Amino acid sequence: MDPKRSRNSPDSPESTRFPDEVLERVLSLLRSHKDRSSVSLVCKDWYNAERWTRTHVFIGNCYSVSPEIVSGRFPAIRSVTLKGKPRFSDFNLVPENWGADIHQWLVVFAEKYPFLEELRLKRMTVTDESLEFLATSFSNFRAISLLSCDGFSTDGLAAIATHCKNLTELDIQENDMEDNGGGWLSCFPENFTSLEVLNFASQQGDVSFDALERLVARCKSLRVLKVDKYVKLEQLHRLLVQSPQLTDLGTGNFQQELTPRQFAELESAFRNCKNLHTLSGLWDATSLYFPVLYSACGSLTFLNLSYAALQSGDLVKLLPHCPNLRRLWVLDTVEDKGLEAIGSSCPLLAELRVFPADPFDLDINHGVTESGFIAVSCGCPKLHYVLYFCRQMTNAAVATIVQNCPDFTHFRLCIMNPRQPDYLTGEPMDEAFGAVVKTCTKLQRLAISGLLTDLTFEYIGKYAKNLETLSVAFAGSSDWGMQCVLRGCAKLRKLEIRDSPFGNAALLSGLAKYESMRSLWMSACNVTMNACRILAREKPRLNVEVMKDDETDSRVDKVYVYRSVAGPRRDAPPFVLTL
Amino acid sequence: MSPPLVHDYIGLSEASSSSDKLSSSSSSSSSSTEDEKKSNNIDLNLKETELRLGLPGSKAPERKAGLVLSLFGNDLEDKPNGFKSFDDLGKSGNLFSPRSGKNGLMESNTTTQPSSCLAGPSVREVVPPSKSVQEKKTQVSTSNQHGSAPAAKAQVVGWPPIRSFRKNTMATNSTKSVDDDGKSGSGCLYVKVSMDGAPYLRKVDLKTYSNYMEISSALEKMFSCFTIGPCSSQGLPGRDGLSESHLMDLLHGSEYVLTYEDKDGDWMLVGDVPWEMFTNSCKRLRIMKGSEAIGLAPRAMEKCKNRN
Repeated sequence: MDPKRSRNSPDSPESTRFPDEVLERVLSLLRSHKDRSSVSLVCKDWYNAERWTRTHVFIGNCYSVSPEIVSGRFPAIRSVTLKGKPRFSDFNLVPENWGADIHQWLVVFAEKYPFLEELRLKRMTVTDESLEFLATSFSNFRAISLLSCDGFSTDGLAAIATHCKNLTELDIQENDMEDNGGGWLSCFPENFTSLEVLNFASQQGDVSFDALERLVARCKSLRVLKVDKYVKLEQLHRLLVQSPQLTDLGTGNFQQELTPRQFAELESAFRNCKNLHTLSGLWDATSLYFPVLYSACGSLTFLNLSYAALQSGDLVKLLPHCPNLRRLWVLDTVEDKGLEAIGSSCPLLAELRVFPADPFDLDINHGVTESGFIAVSCGCPKLHYVLYFCRQMTNAAVATIVQNCPDFTHFRLCIMNPRQPDYLTGEPMDEAFGAVVKTCTKLQRLAISGLLTDLTFEYIGKYAKNLETLSVAFAGSSDWGMQCVLRGCAKLRKLEIRDSPFGNAALLSGLAKYESMRSLWMSACNVTMNACRILAREKPRLNVEVMKDDETDSRVDKVYVYRSVAGPRRDAPPFVLTL
Repeated sequence: MSPPLVHDYIGLSEASSSSDKLSSSSSSSSSSTEDEKKSNNIDLNLKETELRLGLPGSKAPERKAGLVLSLFGNDLEDKPNGFKSFDDLGKSGNLFSPRSGKNGLMESNTTTQPSSCLAGPSVREVVPPSKSVQEKKTQVSTSNQHGSAPAAKAQVVGWPPIRSFRKNTMATNSTKSVDDDGKSGSGCLYVKVSMDGAPYLRKVDLKTYSNYMEISSALEKMFSCFTIGPCSSQGLPGRDGLSESHLMDLLHGSEYVLTYEDKDGDWMLVGDVPWEMFTNSCKRLRIMKGSEAIGLAPRAMEKCKNRN
């Protein structure tokens, strides 16, 4: 149906309503927010139809828009996803009280979206008062997910448990959460049965196990249960018996002396979990108790062993039971031999993350090397997502790896010594990342490390045509590097740089580009206040925020540039200067 | 071989502002001469402002002269442009490799400036989270080769890029005793440990220790990246109280004191009560600057006086 035709029709306006209804019906089926954004740009009718049918809004930078603008445009929102602080705040590069507080959003939502059901937050500041406000303001509230947030305690969780009668999802992941005891779990009313997702794996203390067991027993729709490491193996057994329907399990502590009978019971409980596709937790696991898992491992597609300091032998025993793994996270204690086991046991593997067990002990000669990575690439040709922390790497190895796995979409390599060259040849790691961007044409996300000159950035600018996110640390030789990337990577949305010699010329070369990006972060580079002022002046629709510790030094410590339709933010703390 | 490494805690009084200056202007050649002067000042002042973790009953150990780190080792004097010096070093091939064993730079550092530098630029640095420091983490393996105590760990804020949750979790796991015999399931008593000025907190399981000495040395190891160790492992055995003079030493120096928050919410000096009573009432630990702990002294002083 051509909206234009109906608009130009000389007939009565009623004839235009029919296409609208059809349009809205069709558009209501659209889920992807990128598709919806495209739809809204077609014409005014489509813009209107889209805004009335959108139920979920994704806001990648909470300061790019205001809650008033959002609620003004989208009247029917039921679900909101918000991301706040720049990603480097995860690594302590953003001072406390920087902002990204959810409260003002909740106040507006309470008025405009009283039927709000879902809230998913990442890197936002959330206080207990806000959680209480949330729990009491939205009678239909169903799902809350907090990832890498701060500012709240278990008291806030108690408020949610107490007031949200229809809660289906409580997902608390890797937050800086103050632990005031596990009593919050007991706040779920006895007649509360709607929970489907419960994740409190990152809690740092006990919860009342009786309350937990009763909760699990009465929530028959529970499909995701991730407990914290204070839940013991024999307690896990009791939980599993109550919830064999689980698809996603995070165990507690996996080390406890069990009698043979307890062992058999636990094994039987796992056997009854026929739908398990994700397994995590496994704190302190050793291969001693792996056999209880074997029966459940056959259907596993995601195994998160990144909190279990396993040795290579443990993996060798476990992995042959997990042939269907698509995603695997491990600690580097498994070493290269463990990675070889991955290569030979997991042919369907699409994602691998190897975390360092001792990231600050650089004199320890453990962990994984380039050989392990090569071994995985040989056995897992479908690999497209990798996060790899290591202490040594060579250009040749990376070239081999991407030859074996040309489909990388996410390539995040962290050589843990800053500016470390190829350890065999002593050369910079330019050719490694050159190989990555030349071979992996679908690359969307790249994190680089090691000794890198501007040549790396020339390669990135020339070849990484689909790159959206780039993380740079201790790399580059001059402004030219950053200029290459800004000029060449048309799809670049997020650029974060630390400790690299890029200065004003580089910053200003992106003048025309930053409005097409979500954000730019530069810290410990060579940018001065003057350049930031010029940028702010030339581009009024960008927020240029500077953090500067030293009054006399003209260089800025941190600059954060992002596009915004909401203007400069009004809640900036004193150490953030908005230019 | 060489005595235990003593490292400075950057972030103290007069040392802090100058060291912060160093870190933030590492690549500006115009301020380099100023920095050179300041780095010399740091060498001199650090001795006075060195940190310890003192427990009741422990003696302040001898200060070792000359074992003071300057922030960037030689490099700031030789090469005013911080970035350039890093690149130059980086290009010398096997410099950064942990496998390369003794590497040339380590040797040359010690020969050129034996008195004022230790292990080159292996510096433990704690800066407020808003700073990042350019560091070289090269000589760590080589200092081990010299048979000295746990080597200096150069730390850059926010690097490697690992979320705090994971950092804190892995740290806690590594302090647990390896032959636990499955006791870990039978109850643990995790409390947070904060240290004034450190960028992140740690957690310890009080049940894995059986006396004050053990926890003191464990905490020292844990926070050794922020402070100077070791000391109170030489503490006097059998003493479970504080002598008046030692307490004054502790509190009037710039040493750090270990305190805890008890069930009533009060901040107490660690070491006054029997160990079991302590583990039952301790909610969290804080490594406090001696100057701030003065307020705790009267209670402990009273106790000393009553005892003596």
